[in-house]
Amino acid sequence: MSTDTAEATPGQAGEMLKMTGQAAITAALFQAMEEDSKVLVFGEDVADREGGGVMGTTRGLSTKFGDLRVRSTPIAEQSIVGAAVGAAMAGYKPVAEIMLMNFITVAMDMIVNHAAKLRFMSGGQSTVPLVIRTLTGAGWQTAGQHSDHYEGWFAHTAGIKVVAPATPADYKGLLLSAIQDPDPVLFIENSRTLFVPGDVAADQGPIPLGKARVAREGTHISLITYSGMVANCLAAADELAQQGISAEVIDLRTVSPWDKDAVLASADKTGRAIVVHEAVRHFGPGGEIASTIQEELFRKLKAPVRRLGAPYSAVPFAKVLEDAFLVQPADIAAAAKALCEYD
Amino acid sequence: MSQTPENRASPDAATQLDIYRRMVRIERNDEFTRTQIRRGRITAPYYSARGQEVIPSTLSNLMTDDDVICTIYRGIHDMVAKGMPLRPLWAEICGRVDGTCKGKGGPMHLTHPETGVMVTTGIVGSSMPIANGFAWASLLDGSKRVTVAYFGDGASNIGAFHEALNLASVWKLPVIFVCSNNGFAEHTRYENATSVDFISKRAIGYGMPGYTVDGNDPFDMYAHAHAAIERARAGEGPTLLECKTFRFMGHVFGDNDAYMTKEEKAEALAKDPLVLFRQLLIDTGVATEAQLEEMKTSIEAEVQDAIDFAFESGYASVDELRRDVFAEEIPA
Repeated sequence: MSTDTAEATPGQAGEMLKMTGQAAITAALFQAMEEDSKVLVFGEDVADREGGGVMGTTRGLSTKFGDLRVRSTPIAEQSIVGAAVGAAMAGYKPVAEIMLMNFITVAMDMIVNHAAKLRFMSGGQSTVPLVIRTLTGAGWQTAGQHSDHYEGWFAHTAGIKVVAPATPADYKGLLLSAIQDPDPVLFIENSRTLFVPGDVAADQGPIPLGKARVAREGTHISLITYSGMVANCLAAADELAQQGISAEVIDLRTVSPWDKDAVLASADKTGRAIVVHEAVRHFGPGGEIASTIQEELFRKLKAPVRRLGAPYSAVPFAKVLEDAFLVQPADIAAAAKALCEYD
Repeated sequence: MSQTPENRASPDAATQLDIYRRMVRIERNDEFTRTQIRRGRITAPYYSARGQEVIPSTLSNLMTDDDVICTIYRGIHDMVAKGMPLRPLWAEICGRVDGTCKGKGGPMHLTHPETGVMVTTGIVGSSMPIANGFAWASLLDGSKRVTVAYFGDGASNIGAFHEALNLASVWKLPVIFVCSNNGFAEHTRYENATSVDFISKRAIGYGMPGYTVDGNDPFDMYAHAHAAIERARAGEGPTLLECKTFRFMGHVFGDNDAYMTKEEKAEALAKDPLVLFRQLLIDTGVATEAQLEEMKTSIEAEVQDAIDFAFESGYASVDELRRDVFAEEIPA
């Protein structure tokens, strides 16, 4: 993986910059810390003494903002998230980094029982405005404990928002919003898309959470997706266009709360929908979205709503297995074609 | 094991009386709670802390309103000691809208930021990692505020304890880890689940001072709590206090104590810290019997007032299920 970091040089308003999602995150962190002295960044290796993160995403922050606001921690996820919960309740806006999503498993109590529930259980007296940034995604042969997409677990937990951007502009804009949000936000970075350059406005500001984006307009079928699978859906849409099928790609950007209005508007227009995600299909977020479409639009649908996700297995190591584990553009195109021919 | 801290502080008469008053509030509140449960007026699981009054009463005497606590499901004594008003406390125990949490948290999740009761967790060990966050905020604020994390002996065997003590030590956080060692983790005897004879020894592994304290002796507690709080305020870092005590009412209301011997329980009850301290205050002339009776009567009136208030309070609207999930209400 590339470890290029953002040059935090402010650009002219209206100017477009080419940068990776990672650089966009760095830029967002610089901006947020500059604008609000309550913003904190911490996690394993995040300070410059430790290289500014194993990917270099937080490089430069501790030098600029000091070692008390930007702190490297022990490899102890439970205590990282616990400290984030306490600091958030004490009035700070901690951005905690859990290096990889699988490592979140050892901090589940702090996230699920505490961060997500303390506002409710305290009757609104406690607020926990923290962000947990975490990286994941198959495709790098990191196998079963370094690449899972577990967003469904957190989407199922009332009280925490789940954001999963797909483009550099969204990485920046959604992270800025996540940091400003008064509630806990899990911010998922996908390892296949994080290092792909894209356009980001020099003055890119916050992008609201819970709002989907039409990544490509179409009329025959809606591909509803997020995170790393946006790229696969766009590739599938290219393939489908050659066969005369016009696919609309909806990038949810926020998994929870998800943009029901945008999804239903698209499915209403096309009459066909597939929900595509990298997470295991079995009990995945696709089930919730597909059910909602069917409940709301039953008589308007021209075909059953389908779900595409990873098979019910751990993420495998061997490349040939890993490729088969991930939903590929050809899988999406084939499923879309079948739905368009559904009688 | 209990090394005495240097400059061992001793409570003066007024302080002793204040500690005792907090203990009586806890004990009367506990007695009234169990009565209400027995009468079927409260349906919550109740984890009595009868017998453990000295620990939070002494610490709370030394804390200011700005200082904060993170406590656990057996924690109502910690809140009462810290000064949480009894009316909203009782309304919460009864699940009423005038409770501290509008009836949405209940006795295991009481929260009252005005008196520094920031978190009450029902998960063993989880008070400690969160306490570190509050303590880190004190460093960032440049304030002298200290954070006390309360937990039991059972919690010293869970990962959260070890992660939290390590981080607190590395970051020199102004936090005091207060372990009420009542000898049992739920029903499991201390020595059957804990690798060391004294939990305070575990502090050595995390580079912080650790003391085993007689948690039923206000003077021993005062000296150690004073030293730990002073150390935290001075920016010297965390302390682990293992406070030896005994829970008179078992793990949860209705416990039949089948996992302990009658003799050991009788022995503990014979050394009821409330009775012993009361006698000491009288014997040393700090207070007269009449004064202490009057104190008890006025506290009972306060508790009764809180009970009456709680049962007169209504229940929250079911719309509350959509509120406080997020800052913004969930649409119906």
